[in-house]
Amino acid sequence: MDENEDTSFQVTRRAMLETATAAAVLTGLPPLARAAGLPDAHTPPAPVRVDLQINGHAQVLTLDPRTTLLDALREHLALTGSKKGCDHGQCGACTVLLDGRRINACLTLAVMHDGQAITTVEGLAGGGSLSPLQAAFVEHDGFQCGYCTSGQLCSATGMLNESRTGMPSYVTEDLTQAHPELTDVEIRERMSGNICRCAAYPNIVAAIRQAAGTPA
Amino acid sequence: MKAFDYQRASSPTHAAAASAKPGARIIAGGTNLLDLMKLQVETPEHLVDINRLPLDKIEETPDGGLRVGAMVRNSDLAADPRVRQHYGVLSRALLAGASAQLRNKATTGGNLLQRTRCYYFYDVTKPCNKREPGSGCSALAGFNRIHAILGASDHCIATHPSDMAVAMRALDATVETVDANGATRDIPIATFHRLPGDTPQIETTLRAGEMITAVTLPPPPPGVQIYRKVRDRASYAFALVSVAAIVDAAGGHIRSARLAFGGLAHKPWRVPAAEQSLADSPANATTFDAASTAVLDRARGYGSNDFKIPLTRRTIHAVLTQATRA
Ligand SMILES: Cc1cc2nc3c(=O)[nH]c(=O)nc-3n(C[C@H](O)[C@H](O)[C@H](O)COP(=O)(O)OP(=O)(O)OC[C@H]3O[C@@H](n4cnc5c(N)ncnc54)[C@H](O)[C@@H]3O)c2cc1C
Ligand code: SF4
Ligand code: FES
Ligand code: FES
Repeated sequence: MDENEDTSFQVTRRAMLETATAAAVLTGLPPLARAAGLPDAHTPPAPVRVDLQINGHAQVLTLDPRTTLLDALREHLALTGSKKGCDHGQCGACTVLLDGRRINACLTLAVMHDGQAITTVEGLAGGGSLSPLQAAFVEHDGFQCGYCTSGQLCSATGMLNESRTGMPSYVTEDLTQAHPELTDVEIRERMSGNICRCAAYPNIVAAIRQAAGTPA
Repeated sequence: MKAFDYQRASSPTHAAAASAKPGARIIAGGTNLLDLMKLQVETPEHLVDINRLPLDKIEETPDGGLRVGAMVRNSDLAADPRVRQHYGVLSRALLAGASAQLRNKATTGGNLLQRTRCYYFYDVTKPCNKREPGSGCSALAGFNRIHAILGASDHCIATHPSDMAVAMRALDATVETVDANGATRDIPIATFHRLPGDTPQIETTLRAGEMITAVTLPPPPPGVQIYRKVRDRASYAFALVSVAAIVDAAGGHIRSARLAFGGLAHKPWRVPAAEQSLADSPANATTFDAASTAVLDRARGYGSNDFKIPLTRRTIHAVLTQATRA
């Protein structure tokens, strides 16, 4: 996506949020600002400057320190690929890669990651072509509604990296094995942090198996 | 989330000093603290970020143990070849906890200090002595499926949710701390977490302004190491009952055994009498029964968690059977 497009979208969205907040105040409803994690009107904390490397691009943001990494991506950078399912670490829809490792963007503050590199689902495809994992998800129908998919893709990308470095899992029988084999049971356990409400699990596992290059 | 000011600690002593201020909280991985801040269960005014401190090393100690920095991530600790080889119970317990994403963030110090998952503690509209001392305990006569059967009080029946801490308890780990003046302290894990008594809001023996710098593991004890976790779904769920076992047995004879339990109490639980009853005993059902009885001697259910008593007994049998299989 073009960076100028990002900015115009951001302005539109923020203007919309402000309008919604004003409307909420008028109708006596709790201001949306709170739900969205935006500054509390009574005690706005000093904004902080946060430099992030997002999908290979340097981004400079000025944020309320309460802004989660997920809200920074979605509300401030218009990178809405990362989804907010639960906002409490319980679903994995917000999974992104932090310096190549998968984390839940909803349970961390953007300011904690000043100077660090984040990859979101928008950054997985290189040079206009899908990553092998993304292509495998398409080929195997690894989704239905698609809400969990960006989290699944980022998580599986991180998981395959972990597996290549020999990371064990709870179901690895022999923990001393340097490179546990990525069986279906292993894939399921390692992907358990990503819930799919549509239960597309069998196809998700098949897609990941193909991308990992392991036989069924 | 309530407003807070944010600062990055420049040294452990600085972090300890900054965290001594009223209303201040250290933030490590943030996976527990931010969860609670979003619900306003925690409302710190100052956040002290320790993520840039060089506390992320796992080093060998002169006596043949390991010293794990407070900022070592749960996934890195679980994957360390020395931990996998010599402290399998710890590796397995870590891998049994949360999800891979959370383990990449969660730290050794933060995991030890994570707070209970009691539903009423999380719901700010309900009385809870831990969140609001003196307001009452909603779980006592409420839905208490995940609550304690040992060591609880009429003021609080919450459990400590950590898997890692249970393995560390079996391994007799030591928690190292530093305070604002740079003074250090070694706290045996057995006395690190507290029972609720009539002050369930005080969960550990850490003092205000004292921060965790490391956890030290003594040299690995002899025997097989097992971590078994029983839960409502096979992964990504907290323990109903968990057992960290280190059992030295051969030819149907148990030389020594250690059993630490999660999901049963306000802290990782060990019963010396149960371990003594296993020492120098034949590995059979009678021995396992005696040990289970010793563990559950003073167990008490509160309604929805009554099932934990037979579940613990059966889990002990399963673990000891597995550990003593020739
Ligand atoms: C959906 C979900 C499922 C989970 N499932 C499990 C599970 O099955 N098993 C399990 O064991 N855990 C589970 N967890 C909990 C997880 O393990 C903890 O959230 C994590 O270990 C906390 O570590 P942290 O570094 O993120 O701590 P933080 O959230 O940063 O901090 C937690 C507390 O520790 C304090 N603190 C942190 N570091 C220090 C230090 N060095 N010195 C002094 N104080 C410090 C903070 O002030 C705070 O009070 C789950 C969490 C979630 C969200
Ligand atoms: S069990 Fe403890 S944490 Fe839960 S409601 Fe009672 S006092 Fe609060
Ligand atoms: S939105 Fe982050 S885990 Fe659900
Ligand atoms: S595809 Fe709908 S939630 Fe996974």
